Amino acid sequence: MQQLESMYQEIILEHYRRPLHAGLREPFDAEVRHVNPTCGDEVTIRVALKDSSGQPVLADVSYEALGCSISQASVSVMADMIIGEPVTEAMAASEEFLRLMQSKGEAEPDESLLGDAVAFAGVSKYPARIKCALLGWMAWKDATARALNARDDGPHSDGDREQL
Amino acid sequence: MSLDVARIRKDFPILDRTVRGGRPLAYLDSANTSQKPRQVIEALTEFYERHNANIHRATHELGEEATAAYEGARIKIAQFIGTTDETEVVFTKNVTEAINLVAYSIGNATSGAGAGRLRLAEGDEIVITEMEHHSNIVPWQLLCARTGARLRWFNVNQGGLLDLARAGDLISDKTRLVALSHQSNVLGTINPVSQIAERAHAAGALVLVDAAQSVPHGLMDVGSLGADFVGFTGHKMCGPTGIGVLWARRELLEEMPPFLGGGEMIETVWMDRSTYAPPPHKFEAGTMPIAQAVGLGAAVDYLGEVGLEAVRAHEHDLVRHALAALAEIDGLRILGPPRAEGRGSAISFTLDGVHPHDVSQLLDDRGIAVRAGHHCAWPLHRALGVQASTRASLYLYNTHDEVDALAAGIQQAKQFFGGS
Repeated sequence: MQQLESMYQEIILEHYRRPLHAGLREPFDAEVRHVNPTCGDEVTIRVALKDSSGQPVLADVSYEALGCSISQASVSVMADMIIGEPVTEAMAASEEFLRLMQSKGEAEPDESLLGDAVAFAGVSKYPARIKCALLGWMAWKDATARALNARDDGPHSDGDREQL
Repeated sequence: MSLDVARIRKDFPILDRTVRGGRPLAYLDSANTSQKPRQVIEALTEFYERHNANIHRATHELGEEATAAYEGARIKIAQFIGTTDETEVVFTKNVTEAINLVAYSIGNATSGAGAGRLRLAEGDEIVITEMEHHSNIVPWQLLCARTGARLRWFNVNQGGLLDLARAGDLISDKTRLVALSHQSNVLGTINPVSQIAERAHAAGALVLVDAAQSVPHGLMDVGSLGADFVGFTGHKMCGPTGIGVLWARRELLEEMPPFLGGGEMIETVWMDRSTYAPPPHKFEAGTMPIAQAVGLGAAVDYLGEVGLEAVRAHEHDLVRHALAALAEIDGLRILGPPRAEGRGSAISFTLDGVHPHDVSQLLDDRGIAVRAGHHCAWPLHRALGVQASTRASLYLYNTHDEVDALAAGIQQAKQFFGGS
C-alpha cells in the first residue's frame, strides 16, 4: 500500500475528484484530441494565446478528459500551472515533466519548474501508467504548436480548427 | 471428478512467486495469456537440448527427430479439436495471423486466379459482429478496402448477446463470409456459432470462427461446430507464445492461394513462377516456430491428462462464485451474461466512479493480476456505452480464495478512490 500511495498522492486524488479548469471554452486558437490507444483514455484540449510583452502567453487552456485518475489529475494540474504563463515557460515545465516521467522513480524533480506536478514522481515507477500522466501534456504541446503555427499563418477562423 | 487444484497449481512454477514486495500472486489474467505448466516448459527445454534442428529439410538424425516432434504436435492438436485429418491444421504465429492468412488468401484469390467461391467483388458482403476482438475486425476492414466488398455486422445488445433478430437482413445471398468469435474475450458470451453457420451456409457464405477464448477450455469440435475456418492461439491454452493454429476444411485449403511466400511452401520454383506444396505446408513459409509447436503439443497433452470436463466444471464453479461475489458490490456492473450458465470465464466489469486502470493498479498492489482497458474490443465497449473495463479471467489453476481476494480488492478500490 505504501508504494501505491506514493503514486496516488493525496494531491492527485484531489485533482481527480475535483478537476480544475475543466470544460471546453471559447475562444481558442487550436484544438486537438489525443487518445491513449492501449486503454482508450482521451483528452481534448483547446489553447488560446495572447501577446504579452512581445511574447506568446497562454490566455487559456481548456479541456475535456475521459480517463483514469492519473490522466485526469495530470491534465488538471497542468492547466492550473500553465494558464497565464508564457509559452516558453510552460514548454520548459513540460520538458521537465517528461524528464521526470522517464526517470523510473530516480529523478529529483525541479519543484520550481513543476509545482504540484512533482506529485507525479511516483508514477514514473509504473511503466504502464506513464502514458496516462503524459497524455494531457502531449496534447497541450501539440495544440500549442498548432496555435503558434496558426498565428504565423494569419488570423484564426473556424476553418483553422485542427482536430486529430 | 473434481479438479485437484492444489496439485494443478504445483505444475505452474510461476504461481509460487510473489509480486509487489512479497504478495502472493493471484493471476486472474489468463484470457490475456495463460501461465505455463512445467510439462510445457520442459518440452521446450528438451527440444532445444536434445532434438533441435530445422524440419523437413535437414538430412540428419536430429532433423528427423525435430520433424517428427513438429508433425507429432500437429496430430495431437488435430485430435484436440476433433479432426482426424491433421493436414487441416496449419501452424501460424497466433490467431491474428490465422485470420489474416484467410483474409489475405481471399484477397489473393480476388486479384489472381482464385477459386470462384473465394473471389470477392463490389457488392459482396462480409459480416462480422460488434463483439469481436480487433484481430477479427481490422483484417476484414483491410480486405474490404482492397476488394470493394462491404463490411456489415451484428450488433450486441445491452445484455452482451448478439442481436440475432437482424440475421435475416444481415446474411443474404450477397454474404460471402461470416466471421465471429466463439466466445467473447470481454463478455464471456458463448455465441450460437452452429446456428449462424447454418444460416450462412444456406446463403452460400463461408464461416470463420475466432476460437482464441474457447479452445483453451476444450470447447472445440470442428466437426460439429459447422465452421469452415477456426483460428486459435497457443499461449492462451498453456502453450508458448509465437504459435497459433488455423484449422480449415481440406478442400478449402487446397483451393486457397498462399498467403506468405518463401521456403518450404513450394513444390517447384522457376524464375518467373512457382507451384506450391500441398496443405498445410503451402501456408507454412520459412522456418516455423518449431519448438513452440512442440510446446503446444505438450500443452494439449497436459490439458488432456488433467481432463477437460473437470477443467470446465472447475471454471464453471469459479465463475458462479465470482459472479455472486461481484454482484454484492454496489456500483459494480458486469458486462455480459450475469449468470454462469452458458458463459465463459472472462468477467469484465465497471465500477462507478473508479476508472478500470485505477482498479487494476490497486489490485496489482495486492498481488492480483487483471487486465484493464478496452481489451482490444473498442467497438464493443462503445456499443455498451463504457469507455473501458476491468477484466478478471479464470482458468484451471485459479481458486475461490483468489476470487474472494478480487472482491475484497475491488471494495478497497471503491473506498480508496471514492473517498472525498
